[in-house]
Amino acid sequence: MATLARLQARSRFLENQYYFRNSVVDAFRKKENCAAVKIQSWFRGCQVRAYIRHLHRIAIIIQKWWRGYLSRKHYQLKVEVAYYTMKMELYNAMAVRIQRRWRAYKVRKYCFNYFYYKQYLRAVSEANETVREILQEYAEIQESEEKKAELEREEKQRAEEARKMHYLLSTKQIPGIYNSPFRKEPDPWELRLQRAKPLVPQRRRVQQKQCAGLADWLACTSARSFPRSGSLPPINRKPCQGPFRNINEVLEQRYKPLEPTLRVAQPIDELTPARQEFQGQEWVRNISDKMFLPFSSHHKKEKYMPSLFSSSKYDPISCRKQGFRSENPGKWICDKDFQTVFPSVDLFSKYGKSYSRAGQIV
Amino acid sequence: MSQRQVLQGLEEYRKARLQFVQRVAEQATRPQNLETLQSAGVISLLRPLLLDVVPTIQQTAALALGRLANYSDDLAEAVVKGDILPQLVYSLAEQNRFYKKAAAFVLRAVGKHSPQRAQAIVDCGALDALVICLEDFDPGVKEAAAWALGCTSRHNAELSQAVVDAGAVPLLVLCIQEPEIALKRIAALALSDISKHSPELAQTVVDAGAIAHLAQMILNPDAKLKHQVLSALGQIAKHSVDLAEMVVEAEIFPVVLTCLKDKDEYVKKSACTLIREIAKHTPELSQLVVNAGGVASVTDCIGSCRGNTRLPGIMMLGYVAAHSENLAMAVIISKGVPQLSVCLSEEPEDHVKAAAAWALGQIGRHTSEHARAVTHTLPVLLSLYMSTESSEDLQMKCKKAIKGILPKCTYLPALEPFLYGAPPNILKHVLGQFSKVLPHDSKARRLFVTSGGLKKVQEIQADPGSLLQEYINSINNCYPEEVVRNA
Repeated sequence: MATLARLQARSRFLENQYYFRNSVVDAFRKKENCAAVKIQSWFRGCQVRAYIRHLHRIAIIIQKWWRGYLSRKHYQLKVEVAYYTMKMELYNAMAVRIQRRWRAYKVRKYCFNYFYYKQYLRAVSEANETVREILQEYAEIQESEEKKAELEREEKQRAEEARKMHYLLSTKQIPGIYNSPFRKEPDPWELRLQRAKPLVPQRRRVQQKQCAGLADWLACTSARSFPRSGSLPPINRKPCQGPFRNINEVLEQRYKPLEPTLRVAQPIDELTPARQEFQGQEWVRNISDKMFLPFSSHHKKEKYMPSLFSSSKYDPISCRKQGFRSENPGKWICDKDFQTVFPSVDLFSKYGKSYSRAGQIV
Repeated sequence: MSQRQVLQGLEEYRKARLQFVQRVAEQATRPQNLETLQSAGVISLLRPLLLDVVPTIQQTAALALGRLANYSDDLAEAVVKGDILPQLVYSLAEQNRFYKKAAAFVLRAVGKHSPQRAQAIVDCGALDALVICLEDFDPGVKEAAAWALGCTSRHNAELSQAVVDAGAVPLLVLCIQEPEIALKRIAALALSDISKHSPELAQTVVDAGAIAHLAQMILNPDAKLKHQVLSALGQIAKHSVDLAEMVVEAEIFPVVLTCLKDKDEYVKKSACTLIREIAKHTPELSQLVVNAGGVASVTDCIGSCRGNTRLPGIMMLGYVAAHSENLAMAVIISKGVPQLSVCLSEEPEDHVKAAAAWALGQIGRHTSEHARAVTHTLPVLLSLYMSTESSEDLQMKCKKAIKGILPKCTYLPALEPFLYGAPPNILKHVLGQFSKVLPHDSKARRLFVTSGGLKKVQEIQADPGSLLQEYINSINNCYPEEVVRNA
């Protein structure tokens, strides 16, 4: 009973104790559960981690070996490629060297020869220099010639003037205008005047040549043709009165060269000397003087017997050459033969030559 | 007696005619009388006098008509309309030398004004008569006939062809060989006028053997003759390479170079023209000219001339330099570039400046050495291009020259002034050149920065994506960032 009492006494507390004990268990159950879970999870995690670690190690080993194997394969290829490229680059570099040398050689030899170009330009510049010098000399020569000609012209002009002004020379009594007594020394013109030969008034130069024929006369008259600049009409000529022709025309007319007419140009006895000349030529040429008769006239030697009816006192023999007066000196009146004269036709002798301008050639 | 009276009347009439015609001829020498003479209808009065019995009257009438026709085109037209030319041609064949001279003078006076008058002369058959006159003994007649033929053939190619068809060319070549200087001059002028129109006509002249005689006459001291001969040779040589080679084969070099030192301006000009016509055809001919020292003498000749006489010499240098870079270098070492730059700056005329600009462009466009030799003229070219007073032709030629020189120019200090004043189209090329050279040359880069060029480049506005912007970028890429920023 005691126990029952105790139990009953405790029964009140039993529920509570039961409750509390259960709840205590519950109170810690969660915590303990959590703790157990935690421990378990931790342990499981460690387990798993160890497993994973183990797996990792194994996988790493596998991968390591696998990758090593793969890379060794790649490495082979890479080495081949690198070797290949190295060799190709070497070849390329060598080829570039060769090409460089070759191209330099080719350009220098065939396309563009630098030294030849330099030489050519030097030659061109030398040629230019020579040409410039030559042209300069040429220009200088031309200039000096011109200057010389100019000086000579001036000198000649001054000499002419001095000749014309010769009367201004000073004499012993009267000093000339260029020799003023107030000067220390005479003017250079004075010296020039002293040196100059005075101009002589132009006289017709009479040439006393014996003119044999007309041709010589013509040759003489060319000297008397229209006077050139040297001669002027004399100063002290008395001035004539009246309207005058142009002096040049007059002088031209006056000093016209001789234009002989046809009548005068040929000698009138031209025939005789011509005949004589021809005979002289024939005499020189011919071997014998006797006429060489052809054989056909051999039979003509017999004398002709004229008939009674046709005979006259005029012998036919008189028709031959010896009957002519000119061939037969016996017939001449004086001791000379007559002259054969051919006068020319005097129709146009005055045409274009008279003083008036009628029909004159302008 | 009535006979004497009749004769006296006729004599008075003859005197009156002579006096009239002499007076008209004298008055025709003064220009102020010519208008009144024409309005008075003197041409129709002179026409019957051409057929007068008295030779003096005929000649004086022809002389008067010639002087009238010489004065102006209207009078020449009146002479043509007055139906005078057939009379002249008809009597040209049979009269004496004075009349022939006067008639040839009339034909020349009519033919020189315009192609229509010259055609009128050809149509009335005067060419045959003139060619017959060329065979005359008197040199005065030959001269007048040759001058008339020259004046006729001057205008165009058909008239020249007509003159050639009349058979004038061999006779003109004979006239050249005559001793009289005036005749030689006129014959050379006539040949020059004939051969200037077309290659066929020039070939005809050459076939008659003119070149050898013309080449001999270059040494003649008479200045006018030299001028005509050189211009004739130039007209022949200008048409084709074969003709130019034939002229060269006549051994005119180096004799022609002495003509470049002559005192007379026209001789110098025509000698330069001849050398230019020869040099412009092929590089070989230019080479020949250069080897004979032609470039140096032409350069000196340019220096001694002024104005229009310089123009053929400048063009000759341009043609020679245009053929190849060796020849351009030959021009440079003959001191051609200073002379051309003097011409460019000094000459008042625009066309001479344009020619000088073109020549400089031809010299400088080959390689960088050539461009280096020409760089000092670039500012002048730029200023001429920009100036509003220059003619269009001058501006165009300056622009082409600059555009030709710039791509080859590697001397950067000369290009820097261009950054400041140039228009955009030229600036593009300048910057392109900078962008090409700067990446490779460190000294130039330093110089570019110190001279302030980089700063200027930054200031340039450019459309993004345009060529200008690309060039600016490539220039900026040559320098580190801070340098660009500070600049």
